[in-house]
Amino acid sequence: MRRLINQHPGRAAGLALGVLPFIALLFVYVIASQLRLAENAGDKLLPSLGTIADTFHNYAFEADKRSGEVLFWADTWASLKRIGAALAISSSLAVLLAVCIGVIPRARALLSPLLNTVAMIPPLAVLPILFIVLGLEETSKIALIVIGVAPCVARDLALRVTELPREQIIKAQTLGASTWQLILRVVLPQLWPRLIDALRLSMGSAWLFLIAAEAIASTQGLGYRIFLVRRYLAMDVILPYVAWITLLAVFADLALRALRTKAFRWAEPER
Amino acid sequence: MATVSVRNVWKEYGAQVVLENVRLEIADHEFVTIIGASGCGKTTFLKMLLGMEQPTRGQILIDGKPIRPEPDPDRGVVFQRYSSFPHLTVLENVMLGLELKAARFAGRLFGGRRRATREAALAMLESVGLAHARDRYPAQLSGGMQQRMSIAQAVICKPKILLLDEPFGALDPGVTADMHQLILRLWAENRMTIFMVSHDIQESFQLGTRLLTFDKLRHNPQSPEAYGASVTYDLKLARRSRDEIDSPKLAVGA
Repeated sequence: MRRLINQHPGRAAGLALGVLPFIALLFVYVIASQLRLAENAGDKLLPSLGTIADTFHNYAFEADKRSGEVLFWADTWASLKRIGAALAISSSLAVLLAVCIGVIPRARALLSPLLNTVAMIPPLAVLPILFIVLGLEETSKIALIVIGVAPCVARDLALRVTELPREQIIKAQTLGASTWQLILRVVLPQLWPRLIDALRLSMGSAWLFLIAAEAIASTQGLGYRIFLVRRYLAMDVILPYVAWITLLAVFADLALRALRTKAFRWAEPER
Repeated sequence: MATVSVRNVWKEYGAQVVLENVRLEIADHEFVTIIGASGCGKTTFLKMLLGMEQPTRGQILIDGKPIRPEPDPDRGVVFQRYSSFPHLTVLENVMLGLELKAARFAGRLFGGRRRATREAALAMLESVGLAHARDRYPAQLSGGMQQRMSIAQAVICKPKILLLDEPFGALDPGVTADMHQLILRLWAENRMTIFMVSHDIQESFQLGTRLLTFDKLRHNPQSPEAYGASVTYDLKLARRSRDEIDSPKLAVGA
Protein backbone atom coordinates (compact mmCIF):
# COMPACT_ATOMS: atom_id res chain seq x y z
CA MET A 1 0.00 0.00 0.00
CA ARG A 2 1.51 3.31 -1.05
CA ARG A 3 1.48 6.28 1.27
CA LEU A 4 -1.54 8.58 1.10
CA ILE A 5 0.62 11.40 -0.24
CA ASN A 6 1.49 9.27 -3.27
CA GLN A 7 -2.01 8.12 -4.17
CA HIS A 8 -3.37 10.34 -6.94
CA PRO A 9 -6.98 10.08 -8.11
CA GLY A 10 -7.48 9.52 -11.85
CA ARG A 11 -9.24 12.08 -14.01
CA ALA A 12 -12.74 10.67 -13.56
CA ALA A 13 -12.20 9.92 -9.89
CA GLY A 14 -10.87 13.43 -9.31
CA LEU A 15 -13.92 14.94 -10.95
CA ALA A 16 -16.24 12.72 -8.93
CA LEU A 17 -14.48 13.70 -5.72
CA GLY A 18 -14.89 17.37 -6.59
CA VAL A 19 -18.61 17.03 -7.26
CA LEU A 20 -19.25 14.88 -4.18
CA PRO A 21 -19.34 17.70 -1.54
CA PHE A 22 -21.81 19.67 -3.68
CA ILE A 23 -24.14 16.69 -3.94
CA ALA A 24 -23.75 16.02 -0.23
CA LEU A 25 -24.70 19.63 0.62
CA LEU A 26 -27.72 19.48 -1.66
CA PHE A 27 -28.76 16.18 -0.12
CA VAL A 28 -28.47 17.52 3.41
CA TYR A 29 -30.54 20.54 2.40
CA VAL A 30 -33.29 18.48 0.82
CA ILE A 31 -33.57 16.18 3.84
CA ALA A 32 -33.58 19.09 6.32
CA SER A 33 -36.12 20.96 4.26
CA GLN A 34 -38.43 17.94 4.11
CA LEU A 35 -38.16 17.41 7.86
CA ARG A 36 -39.08 21.02 8.59
CA LEU A 37 -41.90 21.12 6.06
CA ALA A 38 -43.34 17.87 7.43
CA GLU A 39 -43.58 19.56 10.80
CA ASN A 40 -44.96 22.87 9.50
CA ALA A 41 -46.08 23.21 5.88
CA GLY A 42 -45.82 27.01 6.13
CA ASP A 43 -42.13 26.99 7.14
CA LYS A 44 -40.12 29.65 5.30
CA LEU A 45 -36.59 28.92 6.40
CA LEU A 46 -35.82 25.92 4.23
CA PRO A 47 -38.22 25.99 1.24
CA SER A 48 -38.44 22.89 -0.92
CA LEU A 49 -36.58 22.80 -4.22
CA GLY A 50 -39.94 22.94 -5.98
CA THR A 51 -40.90 26.19 -4.25
CA ILE A 52 -37.51 27.68 -5.06
CA ALA A 53 -37.89 26.69 -8.71
CA ASP A 54 -41.36 28.25 -8.90
CA THR A 55 -40.23 31.49 -7.36
CA PHE A 56 -37.15 31.60 -9.55
CA HIS A 57 -39.37 31.11 -12.60
CA ASN A 58 -41.45 34.10 -11.54
CA TYR A 59 -38.39 36.26 -11.05
CA ALA A 60 -36.44 35.22 -14.10
CA PHE A 61 -39.05 34.69 -16.78
CA GLU A 62 -42.03 36.85 -15.95
CA ALA A 63 -42.26 40.60 -15.92
CA ASP A 64 -42.85 42.23 -12.56
CA LYS A 65 -46.38 43.59 -12.37
CA ARG A 66 -45.35 46.93 -10.96
CA SER A 67 -42.20 47.81 -12.90
CA GLY A 68 -42.81 45.72 -16.00
CA GLU A 69 -39.23 44.43 -15.82
CA VAL A 70 -38.01 40.90 -15.40
CA LEU A 71 -36.54 41.42 -11.96
CA PHE A 72 -33.83 38.75 -11.96
CA TRP A 73 -32.17 39.95 -15.14
CA ALA A 74 -32.68 43.62 -14.36
CA ASP A 75 -30.99 43.07 -10.99
CA THR A 76 -28.17 41.08 -12.59
CA TRP A 77 -27.57 43.74 -15.23
CA ALA A 78 -27.59 46.57 -12.68
CA SER A 79 -25.09 44.80 -10.44
CA LEU A 80 -22.79 43.71 -13.26
CA LYS A 81 -22.69 47.25 -14.64
CA ARG A 82 -21.64 48.58 -11.24
CA ILE A 83 -19.01 45.97 -10.54
CA GLY A 84 -17.69 46.10 -14.11
CA ALA A 85 -17.31 49.87 -14.08
CA ALA A 86 -15.74 49.77 -10.64
CA LEU A 87 -13.21 47.09 -11.59
CA ALA A 88 -12.30 48.93 -14.79
CA ILE A 89 -11.70 52.16 -12.88
CA SER A 90 -9.82 50.32 -10.12
CA SER A 91 -7.56 48.58 -12.62
CA SER A 92 -6.68 51.79 -14.45
CA LEU A 93 -6.00 53.66 -11.23
CA ALA A 94 -3.99 50.81 -9.75
CA VAL A 95 -1.81 50.35 -12.83
CA LEU A 96 -1.13 54.06 -13.07
CA LEU A 97 -0.19 54.32 -9.40
CA ALA A 98 1.83 51.12 -9.39
CA VAL A 99 3.90 52.11 -12.40
CA CYS A 100 4.63 55.56 -10.98
CA ILE A 101 5.50 54.17 -7.56
CA GLY A 102 7.46 51.22 -8.84
CA VAL A 103 9.50 52.96 -11.52
CA ILE A 104 10.00 56.61 -10.55
CA PRO A 105 11.73 57.13 -7.18
CA ARG A 106 10.37 60.67 -6.75
CA ALA A 107 6.82 59.48 -7.40
CA ARG A 108 7.42 56.68 -4.91
CA ALA A 109 8.48 59.17 -2.25
CA LEU A 110 5.42 61.29 -3.02
CA LEU A 111 2.71 58.65 -3.35
CA SER A 112 3.76 55.57 -1.45
CA PRO A 113 2.98 56.82 2.10
CA LEU A 114 -0.38 58.18 0.91
CA LEU A 115 -1.32 54.91 -0.79
CA ASN A 116 -0.30 52.85 2.21
CA THR A 117 -2.45 55.04 4.45
CA VAL A 118 -5.48 55.15 2.17
CA ALA A 119 -5.37 51.37 1.85
CA MET A 120 -5.93 51.16 5.60
CA ILE A 121 -9.20 53.14 5.58
CA PRO A 122 -12.07 50.72 6.13
CA PRO A 123 -14.15 51.37 2.98
CA LEU A 124 -17.48 50.77 4.70
CA ALA A 125 -16.66 53.52 7.21
CA VAL A 126 -16.55 56.07 4.39
CA LEU A 127 -19.74 54.81 2.77
CA PRO A 128 -21.88 57.46 4.52
CA ILE A 129 -19.47 60.14 3.29
CA LEU A 130 -19.84 58.80 -0.23
CA PHE A 131 -23.63 58.87 0.01
CA ILE A 132 -23.56 62.41 1.40
CA VAL A 133 -21.07 63.75 -1.12
CA LEU A 134 -21.90 61.75 -4.23
CA GLY A 135 -25.59 61.16 -3.64
CA LEU A 136 -27.46 57.87 -3.63
CA GLU A 137 -27.08 57.15 -7.34
CA GLU A 138 -24.61 54.90 -9.14
CA THR A 139 -21.53 57.04 -8.50
CA SER A 140 -21.36 56.42 -4.78
CA LYS A 141 -21.74 52.65 -5.19
CA ILE A 142 -19.01 52.47 -7.80
CA ALA A 143 -16.82 54.75 -5.68
CA LEU A 144 -17.20 52.42 -2.68
CA ILE A 145 -15.97 49.43 -4.68
CA VAL A 146 -13.10 51.47 -6.14
CA ILE A 147 -12.04 52.65 -2.69
CA GLY A 148 -12.22 49.10 -1.43
CA VAL A 149 -10.39 47.46 -4.31
CA ALA A 150 -8.02 49.93 -5.99
CA PRO A 151 -5.57 50.61 -3.12
CA CYS A 152 -4.95 46.91 -2.48
CA VAL A 153 -4.49 46.14 -6.16
CA ALA A 154 -2.22 49.17 -6.53
CA ARG A 155 -0.05 48.09 -3.61
CA ASP A 156 0.21 44.58 -4.92
CA LEU A 157 1.14 45.76 -8.41
CA ALA A 158 3.66 48.29 -7.11
CA LEU A 159 5.31 45.45 -5.25
CA ARG A 160 5.40 43.39 -8.46
CA VAL A 161 7.07 46.25 -10.30
CA THR A 162 9.76 46.60 -7.67
CA GLU A 163 10.26 42.84 -7.84
CA LEU A 164 11.34 43.03 -11.47
CA PRO A 165 15.02 42.03 -11.47
CA ARG A 166 17.27 45.09 -11.39
CA GLU A 167 19.29 43.47 -14.17
CA GLN A 168 16.30 43.88 -16.50
CA ILE A 169 15.94 47.56 -15.76
CA ILE A 170 19.68 48.13 -16.28
CA LYS A 171 19.70 46.08 -19.45
CA ALA A 172 16.81 48.09 -20.89
CA GLN A 173 18.75 51.29 -20.24
CA THR A 174 21.83 49.94 -21.99
CA LEU A 175 19.54 49.21 -24.96
CA GLY A 176 18.69 52.91 -24.96
CA ALA A 177 15.32 52.84 -23.20
CA SER A 178 14.01 56.14 -21.85
CA THR A 179 11.84 56.08 -18.72
CA TRP A 180 8.74 56.15 -20.90
CA GLN A 181 9.98 53.35 -23.16
CA LEU A 182 10.96 51.30 -20.14
CA ILE A 183 7.42 51.60 -18.81
CA LEU A 184 5.88 50.85 -22.18
CA ARG A 185 8.00 47.93 -23.32
CA VAL A 186 9.34 46.35 -20.12
CA VAL A 187 7.17 47.17 -17.12
CA LEU A 188 3.59 47.27 -18.42
CA PRO A 189 3.70 44.06 -20.47
CA GLN A 190 4.97 42.20 -17.44
CA LEU A 191 2.34 43.82 -15.24
CA TRP A 192 -0.77 42.65 -17.14
CA PRO A 193 -0.76 39.04 -15.93
CA ARG A 194 -0.10 40.30 -12.39
CA LEU A 195 -3.09 42.61 -12.74
CA ILE A 196 -5.27 39.65 -13.64
CA ASP A 197 -4.03 37.76 -10.58
CA ALA A 198 -4.69 40.77 -8.37
CA LEU A 199 -8.20 41.21 -9.79
CA ARG A 200 -9.00 37.55 -9.21
CA LEU A 201 -7.96 37.92 -5.60
CA SER A 202 -9.96 41.10 -5.05
CA MET A 203 -13.11 39.83 -6.75
CA GLY A 204 -14.46 38.68 -3.38
CA SER A 205 -14.13 42.07 -1.75
CA ALA A 206 -15.54 43.78 -4.85
CA TRP A 207 -18.75 41.75 -4.49
CA LEU A 208 -18.78 42.43 -0.78
CA PHE A 209 -18.70 46.19 -1.29
CA LEU A 210 -21.20 46.03 -4.13
CA ILE A 211 -23.75 44.19 -2.02
CA ALA A 212 -23.11 46.45 0.96
CA ALA A 213 -23.76 49.55 -1.16
CA GLU A 214 -26.83 48.03 -2.78
CA ALA A 215 -28.23 46.88 0.53
CA ILE A 216 -28.20 50.39 1.93
CA ALA A 217 -29.39 52.57 -0.91
CA SER A 218 -30.60 51.18 -4.18
CA THR A 219 -33.66 50.40 -6.23
CA GLN A 220 -32.18 47.55 -8.22
CA GLY A 221 -29.41 45.02 -8.02
CA LEU A 222 -28.73 41.55 -6.70
CA GLY A 223 -27.73 42.80 -3.26
CA TYR A 224 -30.73 45.15 -3.11
CA ARG A 225 -33.15 42.31 -3.85
CA ILE A 226 -31.68 40.02 -1.21
CA PHE A 227 -31.96 42.68 1.47
CA LEU A 228 -35.43 43.71 0.30
CA VAL A 229 -36.98 40.26 0.51
CA ARG A 230 -35.16 39.52 3.75
CA ARG A 231 -38.02 41.35 5.49
CA TYR A 232 -40.43 38.62 4.38
CA LEU A 233 -38.02 35.79 5.20
CA ALA A 234 -38.22 34.94 1.49
CA MET A 235 -35.53 32.28 1.49
CA ASP A 236 -36.91 31.00 -1.82
CA VAL A 237 -35.62 34.25 -3.40
CA ILE A 238 -32.48 34.72 -1.33
CA LEU A 239 -31.06 31.24 -1.92
CA PRO A 240 -31.13 31.32 -5.74
CA TYR A 241 -29.81 34.89 -5.71
CA VAL A 242 -26.87 33.87 -3.52
CA ALA A 243 -26.23 30.86 -5.74
CA TRP A 244 -26.36 33.11 -8.82
CA ILE A 245 -23.90 35.65 -7.34
CA THR A 246 -21.57 32.81 -6.50
CA LEU A 247 -21.88 31.43 -10.01
CA LEU A 248 -21.16 34.83 -11.55
CA ALA A 249 -18.06 35.18 -9.39
CA VAL A 250 -16.88 31.70 -10.34
CA PHE A 251 -17.39 32.48 -14.04
CA ALA A 252 -15.51 35.75 -13.72
CA ASP A 253 -12.65 33.93 -12.04
CA LEU A 254 -12.54 31.24 -14.72
CA ALA A 255 -12.68 33.84 -17.49
CA LEU A 256 -9.80 35.81 -15.98
CA ARG A 257 -7.77 32.66 -15.59
CA ALA A 258 -8.44 31.65 -19.19
CA LEU A 259 -7.47 35.12 -20.38
CA ARG A 260 -4.20 34.92 -18.48
CA THR A 261 -3.34 31.54 -19.98
CA LYS A 262 -4.29 32.57 -23.51
CA ALA A 263 -2.89 36.08 -23.67
CA PHE A 264 0.25 35.69 -21.55
CA ARG A 265 1.71 32.36 -22.55
CA TRP A 266 5.16 33.54 -21.43
CA ALA A 267 3.95 33.92 -17.85
CA GLU A 268 2.70 30.34 -17.55
CA PRO A 269 4.88 27.95 -15.61
CA GLU A 270 6.57 25.32 -17.80
CA ARG A 271 4.82 21.97 -17.84
CA MET B 1 36.69 53.77 -30.84
CA ALA B 2 36.48 53.33 -27.13
CA THR B 3 39.40 53.95 -24.84
CA VAL B 4 38.75 53.86 -21.12
CA SER B 5 40.66 55.82 -18.50
CA VAL B 6 40.14 55.05 -14.86
CA ARG B 7 41.67 57.86 -12.84
CA ASN B 8 42.35 57.30 -9.14
CA VAL B 9 38.96 55.78 -8.53
CA TRP B 10 37.83 54.99 -4.99
CA LYS B 11 34.60 53.38 -3.89
CA GLU B 12 33.56 53.56 -0.27
CA TYR B 13 30.36 52.58 1.50
CA GLY B 14 30.56 54.54 4.74
CA ALA B 15 33.64 53.32 6.55
CA GLN B 16 34.01 50.31 4.29
CA VAL B 17 36.47 50.82 1.46
CA VAL B 18 35.73 48.54 -1.47
CA LEU B 19 38.13 49.88 -4.06
CA GLU B 20 41.07 52.15 -3.54
CA ASN B 21 42.98 54.17 -6.03
CA VAL B 22 42.29 52.16 -9.17
CA ARG B 23 44.25 53.55 -12.10
CA LEU B 24 43.98 52.10 -15.58
CA GLU B 25 44.37 53.10 -19.18
CA ILE B 26 42.56 50.71 -21.51
CA ALA B 27 43.23 50.90 -25.24
CA ASP B 28 40.57 50.65 -27.90
CA HIS B 29 39.38 47.14 -28.80
CA GLU B 30 40.95 45.55 -25.77
CA PHE B 31 39.46 42.41 -24.25
CA VAL B 32 39.92 42.96 -20.53
CA THR B 33 39.31 40.06 -18.21
CA ILE B 34 38.99 40.69 -14.48
CA ILE B 35 39.49 38.07 -11.79
CA GLY B 36 39.72 38.15 -8.03
CA ALA B 37 38.29 36.60 -4.91
CA SER B 38 34.62 37.20 -4.23
CA GLY B 39 34.00 40.47 -2.46
CA CYS B 40 37.16 42.02 -3.91
CA GLY B 41 35.26 44.71 -5.73
CA LYS B 42 35.41 43.42 -9.29
CA THR B 43 31.66 43.56 -9.70
CA THR B 44 31.60 47.00 -8.09
CA PHE B 45 34.18 48.08 -10.65
CA LEU B 46 31.98 46.76 -13.45
CA LYS B 47 28.95 48.52 -11.99
CA MET B 48 30.86 51.79 -12.00
CA LEU B 49 31.82 51.29 -15.64
CA LEU B 50 28.16 50.63 -16.33
CA GLY B 51 26.98 53.72 -14.47
CA MET B 52 24.94 51.74 -11.92
CA GLU B 53 27.25 53.07 -9.20
CA GLN B 54 29.34 56.20 -8.99
CA PRO B 55 32.94 56.39 -7.72
CA THR B 56 33.26 58.19 -4.39
CA ARG B 57 36.52 59.72 -5.61
CA GLY B 58 38.24 59.90 -8.98
CA GLN B 59 36.61 59.57 -12.37
CA ILE B 60 36.16 57.24 -15.30
CA LEU B 61 36.49 58.53 -18.86
CA ILE B 62 35.41 56.94 -22.11
CA ASP B 63 37.20 58.42 -25.13
CA GLY B 64 38.36 61.23 -22.87
CA LYS B 65 34.86 62.19 -21.75
CA PRO B 66 33.48 61.47 -18.27
CA ILE B 67 30.97 58.62 -18.37
CA ARG B 68 27.31 59.40 -17.86
CA PRO B 69 26.22 58.60 -14.30
CA GLU B 70 23.55 56.18 -15.56
CA PRO B 71 23.51 53.25 -17.98
CA ASP B 72 23.33 54.24 -21.65
CA PRO B 73 23.62 52.55 -25.06
CA ASP B 74 27.38 53.21 -25.23
CA ARG B 75 27.84 50.43 -22.72
CA GLY B 76 26.15 47.11 -23.36
CA VAL B 77 25.90 44.49 -20.64
CA VAL B 78 25.33 40.79 -20.16
CA PHE B 79 24.68 39.62 -16.62
CA GLN B 80 24.92 36.08 -15.36
CA ARG B 81 21.12 35.88 -15.20
CA TYR B 82 17.95 37.93 -15.69
CA SER B 83 19.30 40.05 -18.49
CA SER B 84 16.61 39.17 -20.99
CA PHE B 85 12.94 40.05 -21.02
CA PRO B 86 10.69 37.08 -20.20
CA HIS B 87 7.64 38.50 -21.98
CA LEU B 88 9.37 38.82 -25.34
CA THR B 89 10.30 36.02 -27.72
CA VAL B 90 13.95 35.52 -28.62
CA LEU B 91 13.49 37.52 -31.80
CA GLU B 92 11.63 40.32 -30.02
CA ASN B 93 14.32 40.43 -27.35
CA VAL B 94 16.99 41.01 -29.98
CA MET B 95 14.85 43.53 -31.88
CA LEU B 96 14.11 45.55 -28.75
CA GLY B 97 17.23 47.73 -28.72
CA LEU B 98 16.84 48.68 -32.39
CA GLU B 99 13.16 49.44 -31.89
CA LEU B 100 13.84 51.62 -28.87
CA LYS B 101 16.39 53.60 -30.82
CA ALA B 102 14.18 54.12 -33.86
CA ALA B 103 10.81 54.73 -32.18
CA ARG B 104 11.40 57.14 -29.32
CA PHE B 105 7.74 57.46 -28.38
CA ALA B 106 6.01 54.22 -29.29
CA GLY B 107 9.02 52.04 -28.47
CA ARG B 108 8.07 49.70 -31.28
CA LEU B 109 8.18 49.74 -35.06
CA PHE B 110 5.56 48.91 -37.65
CA GLY B 111 5.46 48.07 -41.35
CA GLY B 112 8.58 48.34 -43.45
CA ARG B 113 10.86 49.61 -40.73
CA ARG B 114 9.79 46.73 -38.54
CA ARG B 115 10.58 44.27 -41.33
CA ALA B 116 14.05 45.77 -41.77
CA THR B 117 14.69 45.52 -38.03
CA ARG B 118 13.40 41.97 -38.04
CA GLU B 119 15.83 41.07 -40.83
CA ALA B 120 18.73 42.58 -38.91
CA ALA B 121 17.73 40.72 -35.75
CA LEU B 122 17.32 37.46 -37.66
CA ALA B 123 20.81 37.87 -39.14
CA MET B 124 22.13 38.41 -35.63
CA LEU B 125 20.32 35.33 -34.35
CA GLU B 126 21.74 33.35 -37.26
CA SER B 127 25.21 34.51 -36.29
CA VAL B 128 24.84 33.36 -32.68
CA GLY B 129 23.16 30.11 -33.74
CA LEU B 130 19.70 30.82 -32.37
CA ALA B 131 17.69 31.26 -35.57
CA HIS B 132 15.77 28.04 -34.92
CA ALA B 133 14.62 29.27 -31.49
CA ARG B 134 13.48 32.72 -32.54
CA ASP B 135 9.85 32.28 -31.53
CA ARG B 136 10.51 30.77 -28.14
CA TYR B 137 10.35 32.61 -24.85
CA PRO B 138 13.51 32.90 -22.71
CA ALA B 139 12.09 30.54 -20.08
CA GLN B 140 11.98 27.83 -22.75
CA LEU B 141 15.71 28.12 -23.49
CA SER B 142 18.67 26.39 -21.90
CA GLY B 143 21.12 28.50 -19.92
CA GLY B 144 23.60 28.63 -22.81
CA MET B 145 20.92 29.68 -25.28
CA GLN B 146 19.71 32.39 -22.94
CA GLN B 147 23.21 33.82 -22.74
CA ARG B 148 23.58 33.68 -26.53
CA MET B 149 20.37 35.65 -26.83
CA SER B 150 21.47 38.11 -24.20
CA ILE B 151 24.78 38.67 -25.97
CA ALA B 152 23.04 39.08 -29.34
CA GLN B 153 20.64 41.54 -27.74
CA ALA B 154 23.52 43.66 -26.48
CA VAL B 155 25.83 43.41 -29.51
CA ILE B 156 23.19 44.30 -32.11
CA CYS B 157 23.06 47.80 -30.58
CA LYS B 158 26.77 48.19 -31.36
CA PRO B 159 27.90 49.41 -27.96
CA LYS B 160 31.37 50.94 -27.67
CA ILE B 161 31.98 48.87 -24.59
CA LEU B 162 30.55 45.49 -23.70
CA LEU B 163 30.47 44.55 -20.03
CA LEU B 164 30.15 40.89 -19.11
CA ASP B 165 29.47 39.98 -15.49
CA GLU B 166 30.38 36.30 -15.14
CA PRO B 167 28.30 35.55 -18.22
CA PHE B 168 29.33 31.90 -18.42
CA GLY B 169 29.48 31.23 -14.69
CA ALA B 170 26.28 29.19 -14.61
CA LEU B 171 26.87 27.13 -17.76
CA ASP B 172 28.02 23.56 -18.35
CA PRO B 173 31.71 23.23 -19.31
CA GLY B 174 30.92 21.94 -22.82
CA VAL B 175 28.67 24.89 -23.50
CA THR B 176 31.22 27.34 -22.16
CA ALA B 177 33.77 26.43 -24.85
CA ASP B 178 31.26 27.27 -27.59
CA MET B 179 30.42 30.53 -25.87
CA HIS B 180 34.11 31.46 -25.79
CA GLN B 181 34.35 31.02 -29.55
CA LEU B 182 31.20 33.08 -29.99
CA ILE B 183 32.29 35.99 -27.86
CA LEU B 184 35.75 36.10 -29.48
CA ARG B 185 34.18 36.16 -32.93
CA LEU B 186 31.72 38.91 -32.05
CA TRP B 187 34.54 40.88 -30.44
CA ALA B 188 36.59 40.59 -33.64
CA GLU B 189 33.66 41.46 -35.90
CA ASN B 190 32.51 44.45 -33.90
CA ARG B 191 34.91 47.13 -32.87
CA MET B 192 34.15 47.13 -29.18
CA THR B 193 36.13 47.05 -25.96
CA ILE B 194 35.13 44.21 -23.68
CA PHE B 195 35.36 44.00 -19.91
CA MET B 196 34.61 40.56 -18.53
CA VAL B 197 34.43 39.65 -14.87
CA SER B 198 35.12 35.97 -14.34
CA HIS B 199 35.99 33.57 -11.57
CA ASP B 200 37.60 31.15 -14.01
CA ILE B 201 41.33 31.84 -14.27
CA GLN B 202 41.82 29.66 -17.33
CA GLU B 203 38.97 31.38 -19.14
CA SER B 204 40.42 34.77 -18.28
CA PHE B 205 43.82 33.91 -19.77
CA GLN B 206 42.24 32.30 -22.81
CA LEU B 207 39.92 35.14 -23.77
CA GLY B 208 41.62 38.28 -22.60
CA THR B 209 44.17 40.52 -24.26
CA ARG B 210 44.64 42.08 -20.90
CA LEU B 211 44.06 40.49 -17.52
CA LEU B 212 43.46 42.40 -14.30
CA THR B 213 43.39 40.89 -10.86
CA PHE B 214 41.72 42.71 -8.00
CA ASP B 215 42.91 42.17 -4.47
CA LYS B 216 43.75 44.05 -1.32
CA LEU B 217 47.22 45.53 -1.23
CA ARG B 218 47.09 46.18 2.49
CA HIS B 219 45.41 44.25 5.27
CA ASN B 220 44.35 45.40 8.68
CA PRO B 221 43.41 42.35 10.74
CA GLN B 222 41.66 44.54 13.34
CA SER B 223 39.35 46.15 10.79
CA PRO B 224 39.24 44.24 7.52
CA GLU B 225 37.10 46.89 5.86
CA ALA B 226 39.61 49.68 6.36
CA TYR B 227 41.47 49.04 3.12
CA GLY B 228 39.99 48.40 -0.28
CA ALA B 229 41.06 46.30 -3.20
CA SER B 230 42.97 47.59 -6.17
CA VAL B 231 44.52 46.18 -9.31
CA THR B 232 47.30 43.87 -8.16
CA TYR B 233 48.28 42.35 -11.51
CA ASP B 234 47.84 43.92 -14.91
CA LEU B 235 48.99 41.48 -17.59
CA LYS B 236 49.05 42.06 -21.31
CA LEU B 237 48.43 38.71 -22.92
CA ALA B 238 49.64 37.41 -26.25
CA ARG B 239 46.95 35.61 -28.18
CA ARG B 240 47.67 32.33 -29.90
CA SER B 241 47.74 32.68 -33.66
CA ARG B 242 44.95 30.20 -34.41
CA ASP B 243 42.44 32.60 -32.91
CA GLU B 244 40.88 34.64 -35.61
CA ILE B 245 41.76 37.96 -34.05
CA ASP B 246 43.04 40.90 -36.04
CA SER B 247 45.82 42.46 -33.96
CA PRO B 248 46.98 40.61 -30.87
CA LYS B 249 48.54 42.70 -28.18
CA LEU B 250 51.98 41.35 -27.44
CA ALA B 251 53.93 43.02 -24.70
CA VAL B 252 53.78 41.49 -21.23
CA GLY B 253 54.07 43.79 -18.26
CA ALA B 254 52.83 44.25 -14.72
